This record gives sequence, structure tokens and C-alpha cells, in this order.
Amino acid sequence: MSSFKDIFNQYNWDTVKQKVYSFTATDVQQVLLKDEISLEDFQVLISPAAKPFIENLAQRSRALTRKRFGNTIQMYVPMYLSNECQNICTYCGFSLTNKIPRKTLTDEEILKEVAYIKQLGYDHILLVTGEANSTVGVAYLKNAIKLIRDHFSNISIEVQPLNQDEYETLIDEGLYAVLVYQETYNRATYKTHHPKGKKSNFDYRLDTPDRLGKAGIHKIGLGALFGLDDWRVDSFYTALHLKYLQQTYWKTKYSISFPRLRPHEGEVQPKVEMTDADLVQLICAYRLLDEDVELSMSTRESETFRNNVINLGITSMSAESKTNPGGYVVDRQSLEQFEISDERGTNKIKAMIQSQGYEVVWKDWDTSYSKK
Amino acid sequence: MTDTLKIADKTFRSRLFTGTGKFSSSKLMQEAIIASESELVTVALKRVDFHSEYDDILMHLKQDHINLLPNTSGVRTAKEAVFAAQLAREALQTNWIKLEIHPDPKYLLPDPIETLKATEILVKEGFIVMPYIHADPVLCKRLEDLGAQCVMPLGAPIGSNKGLITKDFLKIIMEQSKVPVIVDAGIGAPSHAAYAMELGADAVLVNTAIAVSKNPVQMGIAFKMAVQAGRLAYQAKLAAVNQYAEASSPLTSFLNE
Repeated sequence: MSSFKDIFNQYNWDTVKQKVYSFTATDVQQVLLKDEISLEDFQVLISPAAKPFIENLAQRSRALTRKRFGNTIQMYVPMYLSNECQNICTYCGFSLTNKIPRKTLTDEEILKEVAYIKQLGYDHILLVTGEANSTVGVAYLKNAIKLIRDHFSNISIEVQPLNQDEYETLIDEGLYAVLVYQETYNRATYKTHHPKGKKSNFDYRLDTPDRLGKAGIHKIGLGALFGLDDWRVDSFYTALHLKYLQQTYWKTKYSISFPRLRPHEGEVQPKVEMTDADLVQLICAYRLLDEDVELSMSTRESETFRNNVINLGITSMSAESKTNPGGYVVDRQSLEQFEISDERGTNKIKAMIQSQGYEVVWKDWDTSYSKK
Repeated sequence: MTDTLKIADKTFRSRLFTGTGKFSSSKLMQEAIIASESELVTVALKRVDFHSEYDDILMHLKQDHINLLPNTSGVRTAKEAVFAAQLAREALQTNWIKLEIHPDPKYLLPDPIETLKATEILVKEGFIVMPYIHADPVLCKRLEDLGAQCVMPLGAPIGSNKGLITKDFLKIIMEQSKVPVIVDAGIGAPSHAAYAMELGADAVLVNTAIAVSKNPVQMGIAFKMAVQAGRLAYQAKLAAVNQYAEASSPLTSFLNE
């Protein structure tokens, strides 16, 4: 069975990198004359040569986003169910070797968190766990979805990669989307940061979106963790992945996230810095590449940055997020995965979005659509 | 003589149908729709919170002259569409349904096979079915045969604002159809709407072009006027387009000499 791996193997990291860093202002000007932006053009738009054209990129990105998504921002909220994890990821607060108290929410605790989140207004929820199959495996996730599906119209998960049949089980229960970031598409760097645990298997992770596509999921979220390696090269591979998936699993919707490394318990410093301007350039380049892809922004980013990027191509946002299990009410002091940056409450974010002329959308799905 | 449009048991004075998505606020949506004088307004089921008595979108559409047209946007199969239509009937107390089945979430192009299947089932269940489809004349006739109350062929991909790029096929559909033809999707400017009406469309459905405009209220009025102008022109019969100039030295004048 063919998968993204076949395409991935046709590219060489260093060659891609060399190319991205070799473009000139003339190349950028040529691309900006085009209506359709190819993957090759995308490489030009994320290159250092495109930096001086950032205002031009931003204007185009904003116009395309408004046309396709209108004046709306979709809201979602993460709910961490567990910080137990058998993996060692050098940059993550939940990493196995971090000596922290571990916690997995019980049914009762989940419902307490749900009640709190609901009164904030949220209807799209993202469930997050570490990877610990004995405690938070498929059975736990299935139960969690069953437990909350009458409370939320749209349920996504960000958990360990699963097998196709396991995804099918969860989709049957009402799962809408799965976010699975490759972290980095550089095999060697990946190995350095994921030395132990199931996550150390680069190829299994790389083929996860294929398994999701085959399982018939409604939406797949892609991304790379910026800071592990060169963001430009990683973003090219992410876009390559996106285009492959769109062609292969054409009934599935896609979203892109932009996590930049944040301080946490493990304290790994970013290897390659990504500035605010870099991130804006990347967001706009994605929009020019694809008018329809959802671009998502979490609370990892600062207030000022978030206030401004909703005008540049971002279409969905979280707010008031807690990245620790039970963080909303049950156990506010449990250890978080990473420190969020924008700590403003939901109402403040809502007001900020509205003041910029956007409608805040809470509900854009109905669970009845997912029923078998 | 008032010119009205009849679909099933309802009579409409306005031939401009509108959507509710993409507005920067529900209040602005309400103002733009009222200004457009549209009497049939489509709402995506997935955006409505049926658990809440005070759903923001529905609250803003409670007007005597506005009929709600729930749509099934988001479903991928006939089965899901039927389920969604039943949900809409129960929750919104209407048997009208705008059938949208687009398994492709990128261009939102309608699936003709699933749409045909769903239409057959929904008509039997007593729904007034308004199917969103490609500008495919044969499909339109097949839907009409199954009992669809109108057909809603697209002018261009939804949200693209590209106008009537399917013009040649729309003309065939208008010529053949016994049910109202409503041009849906792609209408990006009042001139496009006027053109569709001049060609003989019974109505048009416009959303993005109004919602994303800098001034949606004014754009709603502009579309209202364009639809009226196009309709009047259609009724008045446009003069034939003269392909050739009248030559000052006619080629056949020698015959009269």
C-alpha cells in the first residue's frame, strides 16, 4: 500500500534546504505575479528572499482568507485528560524522565472540567493526552468521547498515533478530527529528540495521517514543532504532506498549526529560532498556497501576536487554555505540558476578535452528522 | 401586475435568496438581509445551536417576512443528508431543505450521485427539496422527475465570486426546466446577479458577495436592485445583439439597382 513515505523518500533534507536558501528577490517577484501558488512557489515564499515582501504577502493572505472564511474566527478549547507518558521527548513537560506527579482524569473529573468549559461558551473541544497505553489507550479515549459527546458538537483529539481500526472505533463514537504533528521531518533530529518510547518510531508517525485518511476521518491537523530544526525546511515538508493528503484523501479537511517551542519542565532551548516575522511569513505563505486550509493559532503565542494574526490568515483560535490535566477546576496545580503565553480569559478574547470586525463562531458542526 | 415566484406552496415577491455565513456579526447579517428584502434565507444546520433557545443566528432572523431554509452543508453522503434534514424539520418546524452534499471540503462541489439518492428519499418523506448541484442539465431533469421543487445549479465554485462561468449550461437548464431554476454559488457582484436574471433564472442565491463586502447592508440593497433590474429586462425581452454593424454600403444594394 502506498503512503506519504514514498513521496517523502524522494526528497533530501539538505537539498531542499539549499534550494530554499538560494532564491532571490526576482524569484519572489515572479511568484507574486501568479494566481496559483505551487509547492515550488511556496518554497520561494518561505525563503529568506521573501522577507522584504511580507506586507505584500499579508495583504494577499488577508484578502484570500476573507473571501473563503468570511469575517469569522472559529473558537476551540483544549482539555488535557492525562499527563502520563511513556515517551521521552526532550522538549516536553510530560516526558517520562521528568519527575512530576502524574494524573489521569476520572469520569467524574472529566465532567467537572466539561461543565466549566461549557459555561465559557465552547462547543468545539480538543482532547489531549500523553502516550501511555495502559492508562490512556483506545478504551480510555472511547469512554471519554462517549462521556462528552452530548456536550460538544465537535470533538478532536491530540494523542499518540493509533492504528486505522482504532481510529475507526473512535470515529464511530463521534470523533471529528485528529491532530498529529510530525514534530520534525528531519529523521536525525527526530531521533535526537525522541530517543525512547513508541514515539521514537519516525515512520509510524509519518504514516499516521494516511491511516486517518483511510479510516475516513473528517479532519486532520498537521504541523511541525518549530525550534527542533530549520522551520523553513520543516514547513516545506509539511506542505508536501498536506498536498499529498489532499489528493489522496479528498473527502478529508485539513488544518495547519504553528507550535513554536515554549519553556517547560525539560528546558530544551530552540535549535533554530523562529521570529514573529518568520511566523507571519509562514502563515501568509500557507494561505497563498491553499485558500481553503484551516490555519490555527494556540495560546502559546503572545497577546499582541494573536491580536494581529487574526487579520493575516488565521481561522481558528483557542483561549484561556490549560495544558495540565484538570487545569480548569479539578486540579489547577497539576503540572502543565508547556506554559501558555496569552492568558486572557475567553470573554476578553471574544471582545478582542469582535472589535476587529470578526464574528466569533462557537458551533460549526453537529454531532448528528457524525452518527453512524 | 405583481411578479411573484412560487416554490411549492410559498409565494415570494423577492427573487433574491440569501445566506447567513461569513458576516462579521449576526446583527450585521440581520441588517443586510433586511436591506436586501430577501424572503428566503438559508442557514447551515451545523451553525445552529438547537439546545439553546437563544441561538444567535436564529434570534436575528425572526422576522415575519423571512422564511428559513435550513441547509445540510457539511454532510458527505445521502444518508447523512437525510438525517440532517430530519433534524432540521424537527428543530426548525419546516419541511423545506436546501440539499447540499459536498464530500469534498476544499471546493465544496456537490456530489451528483448522493444528491440524487437523497432527493428521492426526502421527496418521499414529504420534504420540499431544493438541491444544490452542478450546472448539469441532465441531472436537473432527473431531479425534477424525482419531485425536487426547484433546482439550484452553481454559477461557479461556492465562495469564488467568479460569476456565471457555467453560463452555457445554465441556459440549457433554464430552457428545459419545468421547476424554478435558482442560480446558486459563484455570484460575486450585482452585475452577475442581473445577468443571471436576464438569462431567465427564476431567482439567485447570494451569500459571500454580500457578507464579505465592506458594506454588507449597501451591498444587500445593490443585489436587490440588480435582481429586480435583471428580472425586468428578462420580462421586457432584451433586444437581440447585433453582431455586425449596419454597413453604409450594403453588399446587396446592387439587387435594387
